[in-house]
Amino acid sequence: MEVKNIYIKGIKHEEFNDNEYLENMVQELRAGGVDIMTGALDDLINWGRSNSVWPLTFATSCCGIEFMSVGAARHDFARFGFEVTRSSPRQADVIIVAGTIVHKMAPILKRLYDQMAEPKYIIAMGSCAISGGPFCNSYHVVNDINEVVPVDVYIPGCPPRPEALLYGMMQLQRKIKLENFLRKAKEKK
Amino acid sequence: MFDFAVVTQWIDEGLRSSMPEFAALAIEFVLAGVVILTAYAVIALALIYVERKICAFFQCRIGPNRVGKYGIIQSIADMVKMLIKEIIPINHIDKFLFFLAPFIVVLASLLSFGAIPFAKGLHAIDFNVGILYMLAVSSLGVLGILLAGWSSNNKFSMIGAMRSGAQMISYELSIGMSLLTMVVFAGTMQLSTIVEKQADTWFIFSGHIPAFIAFVIYLIAGHAETNRGPFDLPEAESELTAGYHTEYSGIQFGFFYLAEYLNMFIVSAIATTVFLGGWMPFHIPGWEGFNEVMDYIPSILWFFGKIGVVVFLGLWVRWTFPRLRIDQLLRLEWKYLLPLNMINLLIMVLIVLFGWHF
Amino acid sequence: MEIKDKIISLLPDAVITEGQYLTATIPSDKLHESVKRLRYDEETWFDYLMSLTGYDDGANLGVVYYLSSSRFPQNVLVVKTFTSEREDAQLFSISDIYETANLNEREVFGLMGIRFINHPDMRKLFLRNEWVGFPLRKDYNADPAINPINIESNPESDVLTKLTFTHEGVVESEEKIFEDDEYVVNIGPQHPATHGVLHFRVSLNGEIVKKIDLNCGYIHRGIEKLAESMTYPQILHMTDRLDYLSAHINRHALCMCIENALQLEVPPRAQYIRTMMDELTRVASHLLGWACMCMDMGALTAFIYGMRDREIILDMFEETCGGRLITNYNVIGGVMADLHPNFLQRVRDFIPYMRKMLKEYHQVFTGNVIARERMLGIGLLSKEEAISYGVTGPSGRASGFRCDVRKVAPYAAYDKVKFNEVVREEGDTYARYVIRLDEIVESLNILEQLIETIPDGEIAAKTKAIIRLPEGDFYSRVEAARGEFGVYISSKGDKTPYRVKFRSPSMTLVGVVDKLTRGEKIADLIAIGGSLDYVVPDIDR
Repeated sequence: MEVKNIYIKGIKHEEFNDNEYLENMVQELRAGGVDIMTGALDDLINWGRSNSVWPLTFATSCCGIEFMSVGAARHDFARFGFEVTRSSPRQADVIIVAGTIVHKMAPILKRLYDQMAEPKYIIAMGSCAISGGPFCNSYHVVNDINEVVPVDVYIPGCPPRPEALLYGMMQLQRKIKLENFLRKAKEKK
Repeated sequence: MFDFAVVTQWIDEGLRSSMPEFAALAIEFVLAGVVILTAYAVIALALIYVERKICAFFQCRIGPNRVGKYGIIQSIADMVKMLIKEIIPINHIDKFLFFLAPFIVVLASLLSFGAIPFAKGLHAIDFNVGILYMLAVSSLGVLGILLAGWSSNNKFSMIGAMRSGAQMISYELSIGMSLLTMVVFAGTMQLSTIVEKQADTWFIFSGHIPAFIAFVIYLIAGHAETNRGPFDLPEAESELTAGYHTEYSGIQFGFFYLAEYLNMFIVSAIATTVFLGGWMPFHIPGWEGFNEVMDYIPSILWFFGKIGVVVFLGLWVRWTFPRLRIDQLLRLEWKYLLPLNMINLLIMVLIVLFGWHF
Repeated sequence: MEIKDKIISLLPDAVITEGQYLTATIPSDKLHESVKRLRYDEETWFDYLMSLTGYDDGANLGVVYYLSSSRFPQNVLVVKTFTSEREDAQLFSISDIYETANLNEREVFGLMGIRFINHPDMRKLFLRNEWVGFPLRKDYNADPAINPINIESNPESDVLTKLTFTHEGVVESEEKIFEDDEYVVNIGPQHPATHGVLHFRVSLNGEIVKKIDLNCGYIHRGIEKLAESMTYPQILHMTDRLDYLSAHINRHALCMCIENALQLEVPPRAQYIRTMMDELTRVASHLLGWACMCMDMGALTAFIYGMRDREIILDMFEETCGGRLITNYNVIGGVMADLHPNFLQRVRDFIPYMRKMLKEYHQVFTGNVIARERMLGIGLLSKEEAISYGVTGPSGRASGFRCDVRKVAPYAAYDKVKFNEVVREEGDTYARYVIRLDEIVESLNILEQLIETIPDGEIAAKTKAIIRLPEGDFYSRVEAARGEFGVYISSKGDKTPYRVKFRSPSMTLVGVVDKLTRGEKIADLIAIGGSLDYVVPDIDR
């Protein structure tokens, strides 16, 4: 399956910004060639996974309010299937880190991430999560949560508009659709 | 009206004529089991989708609409994801009970699912003490929840399980009594006979006042049994972070999730069968033409239509009202519903004795 | 003020100076008795501790108290005390006179290193126990290698230390927070209903709460320390992110503080615009508070309805200010840009719409018997306790404490409009819930009066390129959506401030949760927290 086959309803493939990154990722993943049978099954599984990404209820500061607005009536992330926000990390698929992470909160975030069930993702929302934001010179703020947990998608903004968050989630959907689910499982064994 | 007994007889004769009896029976059992399991899964997925859409419409938003036309296959995507999620092996838990709990919950709902009369001739288990069987089997669900909370070795789960246990055991009484009221009226506990007795009018109309009160009490108590609606304290997301199933992941959590929706379906199904006539169309005694027209609509559509109405009522209540606190919940049952039920039973007995019904 | 002579007579050991407010510097051993006299004297009755700030002036470490009175709200007195001991600085605590000093003194210990004698629970407030150094001191070593990011979880300490003053001097003792056989549950930090990252350790007896231990600091970003290295226009950026639901109002407070210090006159059009934006922010914040409280209690549809109406206000903000939540609109001297041409018409359309919607809210939630059962009679806060704990805003007014800064010390255009201060006497959760909806009605009245009378003119006064405040201490206060928000700036004449302190309304609200919830059930803890409506980044700054 080539990158140009990823289908996100409503937005054409050319309008996304990170297509080169996805092409490189695909080349790495397909380095050893792809099996036809597992390829088709992979497509089905990835379709299911990408359309049913359940976020954890996690919000530390201002970006949390924009996250709640995305769940509200005007910009509705239930259309994508995301509205089942679980409060237990074992049942969630993605942590949208909305807000600043400080030194005291970093171990909690790591613990939450460890408690999640595979396959799991992290979206860093807002400039505080990406680089410390306006507080980057502070003694207590973690600059870049990539030091604590591995991040999949970065959404810039302070706070990002709800449409930006939806775009970021669609990027995560595209990334999920490319993953080699069964092949990774086979290689692990 | 189309009678499914025709289809089942045909399968039965076909099998018996071509192979020895025990083999025919074995194949029939397997077939019935597969059909029930498939129906279970399909109905649960459909209910999940319906809830999300209706909840969205109540809340002035759209709900799932990107996965397939109008979002119809959203539940299938959820199911695929749930199946491939990792089941996390936790260390400090009681492993056997932890593993067993979701199965008990699903088992309880499957057993009661099998005894529901879906349409004319489509009735898997038809005991002569059908109502007693339903009550007995739906009580097994409490066990699963208590085990889940206990074996998780987690304080929140314990609190959730204890609350749920108290709640479910209390509301068993109300359910039992309201169904008992209707058994007094119908004179039998067998579900298929109850449905057939409603051929002229449904019980909720012929039993007038006490039947209506029993219906309302049954709906309230039934939703309390299934931890839904204003009674969802055990899994109150905004208080206890998912309550008794906090530690479950993957398909084990999927079982709890499915069983919740299916329990709601079963409560509605029993309400429909006992109060609203089951698969019996709406007949008015004396209006033959009207009854003929009503008979054209297949019985299975009648059944699911009525269930749809009752489920809609349940969803409506769930998404409007705030949650009851546990002591208020128990007080509602023991101080209000139970005395009301007993008085209602008395009234129904009097009505049956003196014949003051339609 | 008239009672100046009375104050001077009550404080024989103090050095009295004049400034923005009357300032009394008292030596540390005489502090407790002097403050007690100020508190209980019938003519002064300073029963409301507005703000408690630790400071470090290079040589001495000290504390600044801003006192006011509920009987005579126009009187404000500043009390200062200090110690020259830096290694193990100790001052006397006034937490037995004012309950609000409890959390504030713990904060001063954590960030400044001053320990308080006779304080019931002397633990650090925001930072982890193994943190090296005290960040707000001027000689703090900010090298990240000393305090690296530790991703190992640290268990909370189970003991608290106390310093008691006996006839042998100061004695240190330890006490357990919870007994060994208590059933302690952790609520938070990641929890859907704590309005942010707050950690409560709750000791339960079945369903009944016996004791709550608060643990905050999970969003402590060190804003006050950051502000010491930023110029004044740069600090404005920080205030929007403190209590982000009253973003305008916080920024207004900081601008007012700087403008008063510079004696800068803000043009009347800017005052009107600031007031209107404040009131719109207040309505949006109360809507969100209502929505979140309903969600916590289980009525999820009410949450969506509140957010839907809030979106209309956010549209108005976006057209004029450019941002939805973080608006960046006030500047020193006025506002950043003029109103969008659509703004007035949108406000005119919004006011009748909101009035209609409020009726719907009352129908959906307030009249519901389940909601009433969950709220009436729960979490009673009396007026004396509200004043002692410093609970202001709608929660304080629900207990009868008349503390609205818009009435007590009017600013911007509030003296030109007529509105009622909504006060209730019951002090339970239901009163706190309903008072917010009534305040929305009052805000709509204010908006209605303002949109008809906006004067034309400039939108910002001219300021110099580099802003330097004169030497001295400056304090200004506004009525944020949660309570009284105060800004304290201590300046030495540079272009960056020497010490900045934000008096947080939510810290007093969260300090009173333990008192209110003892003896209630866990479900009531959630309802009480929702009715107080605190925002956690405001607590932790």
